[in-house]
Amino acid sequence: MSTKLVYFAWVRERIGKPEEELDLPAGVVTVRDLLNHLKSLGEEYENALQYSDVIRVAINQEHVEHDEKIAGAREIGIFPPMTGG
Amino acid sequence: MTVVPTIRVQSADFDLQAEIDALTAGRRDIGAVVTFTGLCRDEQGQLSALELEHYPGMAEAEMRRIAELAIERFSLLGLTAVHRYGKILPGENIVLVVAAAPHRQAAFDGAGFMMDFLKTSAPFWKKEHAADGSQGDWVAAKDADDRARDKWR
Repeated sequence: MSTKLVYFAWVRERIGKPEEELDLPAGVVTVRDLLNHLKSLGEEYENALQYSDVIRVAINQEHVEHDEKIAGAREIGIFPPMTGG
Repeated sequence: MTVVPTIRVQSADFDLQAEIDALTAGRRDIGAVVTFTGLCRDEQGQLSALELEHYPGMAEAEMRRIAELAIERFSLLGLTAVHRYGKILPGENIVLVVAAAPHRQAAFDGAGFMMDFLKTSAPFWKKEHAADGSQGDWVAAKDADDRARDKWR
């Protein structure tokens, strides 16, 4: 089953697209696994996600920690720390 | 009675007085209204505009989650939060919070809580456009904003 990934701000710019549908391998269980998997997909992903500790992730539009399981996710948002207000 | 916050994410400007009027119309129980307006500043002439990006859907949802916490915690009688997106010039509005309560302290606290959590949790990002026409950088998140949020814990 494919998962919709959406990217924002400099994560979006470095990956070079605002969103994509990806089939994730069975070994990708947590958010941390997902970020490591994405980093293996190419230089643009490596560049976007190299400092993965600062990367924020939302599953189905709610913030989650990196140890959260991604099972059941319809949409996963990946973005830098927020700077609104 | 459940107090339902008014949350909007829009490219258009907002009208402070209209938002206060909408919150207080016909009410006799509100004794305090505190508003916060955030504006785009030019950073001593270095900045020509800010570009505000947001996560559609989640931005509204996260602002609503924060607003519901503020209403519960400070027993607010009303709370409105409006955040703009797109290109915003120095001097123009970015964000508005209007908090209403029976007494002033709850209204001050409700507006402050809403802004401190909005800045660190609502999915918005600012990109700077430099005054010299060069492509600017994304604004970096500030530790001071995290500390401002954490003082409410």
